[in-house]
Parts: sequence; structure tokens; C-alpha cells
Amino acid sequence: MAELFWLIPLIPGGSSLLLVLFGTKLSRRWVAWQASSAVFLSLLLSAAAFVHLIRLPPGAPGLSKTLLAWISSGHFVSPITFAFDQLTAVMALVITGVGLLIHVYSTAYMSEDRSYARYFAHLNLFTFFMLVLVMASNLVLMFVGWEGVGLCSYLLIGFWFDRPAAAKAGMKAFVVNRVGDAAFIIGILFLLVQVGGSGFAAINQAAATGLLPSGLATLAAILLFVGATGKSAQIPLYIWLPDAMEGPTPVSALIHAATMVTAGVYMVCRLSGLYAASVPASTVVAWIGAATAIFAATMALVQNDIKKVLAYSTISQIGYMFIGCGVGAYAAGMFHLVTHAFFKSLLFLAAGSVIHALSGEQDMRRMGGLKKHLPVTFPVFLVGALAISGVPFLSGFFSKDAILTSAFAGGHYVLYGLGLLGAVMTAFYMFRLVYLTFYGEERMTPQAGHHIHESPRAMTIPLVFLAAFSILAGYVGLPVLFGGKADLFGRFMEGSVKTVTHHLAVSTEGLLVVLATAASLLGIALAFLFYRRTPALPGRLASLFPGIYRLLVGKYYIDEVYDAVAVRPLIRGAEMVYERFDLKVIDGALNGSAAAAGLAGKGLNFLQSGLVRDYALAFLIGAIIFLGFLLL
Amino acid sequence: MIPPSAFFAVAVVLFVLGVLAFFVKKDLLTQFMSVEVMLNAGNLAFLALAKSLGKAEGQVIVLFVITVAAAEAVIGLAIIVLVFRQRKTIQTDELKDLKG
Repeated sequence: MAELFWLIPLIPGGSSLLLVLFGTKLSRRWVAWQASSAVFLSLLLSAAAFVHLIRLPPGAPGLSKTLLAWISSGHFVSPITFAFDQLTAVMALVITGVGLLIHVYSTAYMSEDRSYARYFAHLNLFTFFMLVLVMASNLVLMFVGWEGVGLCSYLLIGFWFDRPAAAKAGMKAFVVNRVGDAAFIIGILFLLVQVGGSGFAAINQAAATGLLPSGLATLAAILLFVGATGKSAQIPLYIWLPDAMEGPTPVSALIHAATMVTAGVYMVCRLSGLYAASVPASTVVAWIGAATAIFAATMALVQNDIKKVLAYSTISQIGYMFIGCGVGAYAAGMFHLVTHAFFKSLLFLAAGSVIHALSGEQDMRRMGGLKKHLPVTFPVFLVGALAISGVPFLSGFFSKDAILTSAFAGGHYVLYGLGLLGAVMTAFYMFRLVYLTFYGEERMTPQAGHHIHESPRAMTIPLVFLAAFSILAGYVGLPVLFGGKADLFGRFMEGSVKTVTHHLAVSTEGLLVVLATAASLLGIALAFLFYRRTPALPGRLASLFPGIYRLLVGKYYIDEVYDAVAVRPLIRGAEMVYERFDLKVIDGALNGSAAAAGLAGKGLNFLQSGLVRDYALAFLIGAIIFLGFLLL
Repeated sequence: MIPPSAFFAVAVVLFVLGVLAFFVKKDLLTQFMSVEVMLNAGNLAFLALAKSLGKAEGQVIVLFVITVAAAEAVIGLAIIVLVFRQRKTIQTDELKDLKG
């Protein structure tokens, strides 16, 4: 079955095409079954290909199949080739596995929606493009997937396009991503010219052997990383992700938490040879990641919208992944990507279940005491919160620890400190969310509080699955501290990403684990103190530091700054061009030529008398003149 | 033997008569007939030349002209009939809808 791996993206793609063309004529049951089984088939094929990879001897190449020559122009050759190596296997399993659970969840969550078929068509289309992105064997084909997922993200953020906020958020996401993608394209073209090909293997090798000078490698790596900051919502292009929460909650879970936003991390890992060859570029990646991790976490501390907290948390966690990639621990970055995909989509889906129960309420100030009303959602949400907070023996603990340990071992002590600080904040804002939502008194509006109900089975079963993965996924990457079978994940990834082996004394590593545990417990304790023991404390603290509080609530006014620095000047410039050039020059030329033709017509009008003899006379005169010329 | 110039003279006279008639007359039918007269003046000139030069092309052309003139007569007369049915007149001075 492994030879059929090239069908993995094509099945959801075909399903999407069918749904786009005939979706409105199909029954809802059929649409749900078709969309979900397409992803399920992809999952089966991915699993088969994964098993094939595991059985390969070390050092053997993964699967690869060329479907089409596609572009072949002189030296520039870019075929449609799907490849399936270790890195792709991990991504494909996450995309199809989490994707399947979210498809199932959506069948219930969207059951009331009138555009059911359109929703699943777009969700399938997204799965297709995401799989193209991770299975592409060269940058040009990857860019097709890269743009395709951006398109689907736009379509699904603006899914309820009759809500102005949703339409606007979709547009914002699209435009902000264009900024990053401009740099991304330049990076691709640059590598095409310098390396002479767009295949990942060729690029990594050129960087490793010095065929690509390190200065040029740095430039290319940074250009590509700017694209990644757009797609993966990092400083300075993170501003679209919080707004993207206007989309349906399962979309936030799939696209804006588990898969698409981690495409940047995947890209850096895929080109690990290039990034490893350039110390400055790696430093930029690590520091942008660390800055984003802290910066986004501070904003998550004061958000009141349950989904916005999770959105800032996603930005912050992707920052961690980039810290991992930046310090050379690509496998650790990917490990966190995987565990994050599980626990963050769990948190989003559970939040969706809460929102569903409260008939659309998203403000945590009007929640509380939901623990007893939601007997399934509450425990799974708690599992997700514990996992992301880095409480020992859940998945987030191992993956975050892998990143922080690598940073420490690489001598990046400041990055390590920032990561630890971020971990405290992560635990704090997650448990603030838990306490505000599930504990305390009920603060619902009467309408919302009236019919609180646990979600249907189609929604709770995926939650239970994700909770199980959030607990267990960490055990594939146990730190060396825990014995000989350690770090299966890292050793598996050695086939396709650069790996560093750090040498830390067992006692040092043990100390780091204790510190990480302390950080997460401290965050939880602080949240308990603030939102459970003395609920008056947050208000008092806010009035004690009004400036800082307002800065955080205002999200550092970054949106306003961008608005003033970039958006409004652009709009004003566009308006000026419109008035000066479009209206005056282009429209002027057009209207001018029309007026000239009209004037000429009016001037020659008298010739058209409508009388046959006048025309005959003109004819005769013409004939005589002609004859005269002939004879003379 | 009548010299070719006599035929030319007749052709020219016929042609000029056709032109004059076209300009003098005001109804479509007569103007149409004067066009036929001009065509036949041309035919006569062709035939005279063909005879005097001893070549067959001139005669061939005349056959063509007669054929085309027959077709043209059918269409022309049909148009005139239709115009009359629509407007109850075929006076060309009254048919000036194409005035710009």
C-alpha cells in the first residue's frame, strides 16, 4: 500500500472537487461521510507509508514519485514530485489524524449551518493543499501548497462572510500573509538562481558543501523566514491570527493551531541544512521565536475572549518551536509541533464545545461554574491545559523540555531563561482560563445559561481521542534522562533533518527538568491565587499598574501602530493614485479618444444627407476623378 | 463591316443616357432600369473590343456580367417591392432615413 502514497493528498482534493461541484445537491449525511472518509483514507495511506519508512534500513531514502514534469524551461526544472520521508511522515500523520478528528467534530458542530457542503469542501481542500505542502519535494511545489492553505485559511476565516468582522478578518489574514509571501517568493527565486534548482535535497546540500556561500545562505534563509513569520504568525506579522478567530472553532483548531500555522516551522526543518549553514539566520529564527513566545504570552494574560487566549497561546507556542529550530534542535521543534497539534486542537475543540453549550458565548466574564454542566468537556480541557502548561508526564512537558534543554545545552542561556519565563506565563494564562470558565460562580446571561448542555457524541469522542494523544504523545520523545529507549522521535527524524547531540551531565539535565516543572507549577499556583483564592487580586493589580494593564489589554497597540505606519499611508497613497492617475490620466485618455471620435462624427455629419442622388453624385465625381487619373 | 468605333460610340451614348436618367429620375424603379442600361453599355464595349482584338475573354466577361445582372435584378426588384409595401412610395427623395 505504501507505493500508493502519492494518493494521500489527491483523495481529499478529489473529494473537495466533488463537494464544490455537487455539494448543494447531496444530503448532509452524505457530505459529512464523504469528507470524513476521504481524510480517513489519507490517514490509512499515511500510516502505511509510515510503517514502510520504519522498516527501511537506516540511511535508505524515503518514498518518491514524480507525477508530472510540470515546469521545464532551460535550466529551471521543477517537476510535481511527491516525496515521503520521516519529516513528511510526521506532518502527514498529524494533518490527517488531527484532521480526521476535526472533520468528525465538525459534522456535529456545523450541523445547524446552512452552508454545510461549502464548509466541508473548503476543509477538504485545505487538507489537500496542506498535504501538498508537506509532500512537495521542491520549493516551487511547496509554494503551491503554501499559497493554497493561505487561500483556504482566508475562505474559512471568512466562512460567515455576512458578518463584517469575519470578512474583514479574512482579508487581514490574506493581506498580512502577502507581505510575508513577497519575501518568500524572492527567497525562492534567489535560491533558484544561486543553486540552480528548487529541490530541497539540492538546496540543503549546496548549503552544507559551501557551494552556496554562507552570506548568500543567510540572505536566502532570512527571506524564507520572513515568509514563515507571516504564515506562522510570528513577530512582526502575527497580527492576523487573533482576528482569525472569527472563523468557525474547528477551523481555528485545524488551521490556526494544529497544521497551517506550523508550516513555517516545517519549512525551516525541511531546509535545516540551509539554516544550519547560517549562524546569523539561525540566531534570527531563535530570537524572533523567543520574543514572540514572551510577547504573545503577555497578551494572553489579559484576554477575555476564550478563543483569543488560545490564539495568543498558539502564537507563543510556535515561538517555542522556532527557538528549537533556531538553536539547531530541529527534531525538538518538530516534536513540540506534534504535541502542540494534539493539545492545542484539543483545547480549541473543547472551547468550541463550551461555546456550543453556551449558545455562542465566548466572553469568559460571562462563563464560570461550567465544571458540573460539562462532564466530558471539563476533564479533557483540563488534560489539554495541563499538557500545554508543561506539567510533568504529559506531552507538552517533554516537548517543551526538549527545546529548553537544547537551548541550554547550546549555551543560549538567555533564550533558555526567556523560555522558562514564558512557561510560567503559559501555565498562568491557561489556568486563568480554566478557573474563569469552569470554576467559580455562574455568570452566564439568562439566555445562554438557560439550556447549557453537553455536546453530542460526534464532538466529545474526538475530544477524548485528542486528550489521550495529549497525554501519550510525549512518550515517543523521552529525554535521555529517562533511560535507554529515550528519544525515539529524535532518532526517527535523523533521516531527514539535521540533528545535534548535546552532552549534558545527567545531574544538569535533572536540574533543568526540575526547573521546568517548578515553572509550570508556579504559573498554576499563581493562577489559583489570582482567580480562585482571592478573585479581587487581579483588579487590584490592574489598578496598581494601570499603564501596563492598559498596554496589555490594548495588545501593545501594535494594530494601531501598523494602521498608522503602513495601512493608512498605503490607503491614502492608493487614493491619491486613484484620483491623480486613474481618474485623470487613464479615464482622461479613454474619455478623450471617445470625445474625439464623437467630434469627428459631428463634423462629417453633413455628408450623410440620406438622399440617393447625393450619394450617386459623389460616386460619379469619384469615378470621374479616377478616370482622369488613369487617362492623364 | 461596321468599324469597332461605331460600337464604342453607341456604348458611350448608352452609358451617358443611363447616367443622366439615374440623376434625372426620382423613382427607384426607373433609376434601377438606368443602372441596367449602363451595365449593358459596358457589355457592348466589351463585346466590341473582344471582336476587334480577336480574343475570347471579353465575351466570357460579358456572360458573367449578364449572370450577375440577373441576380442583382432579382434582389433589387425584391427590395423595391418591399420598400413600396412598407412606405407606399418609391420616390428616392422621400426615402432619406439614413440622414445623419
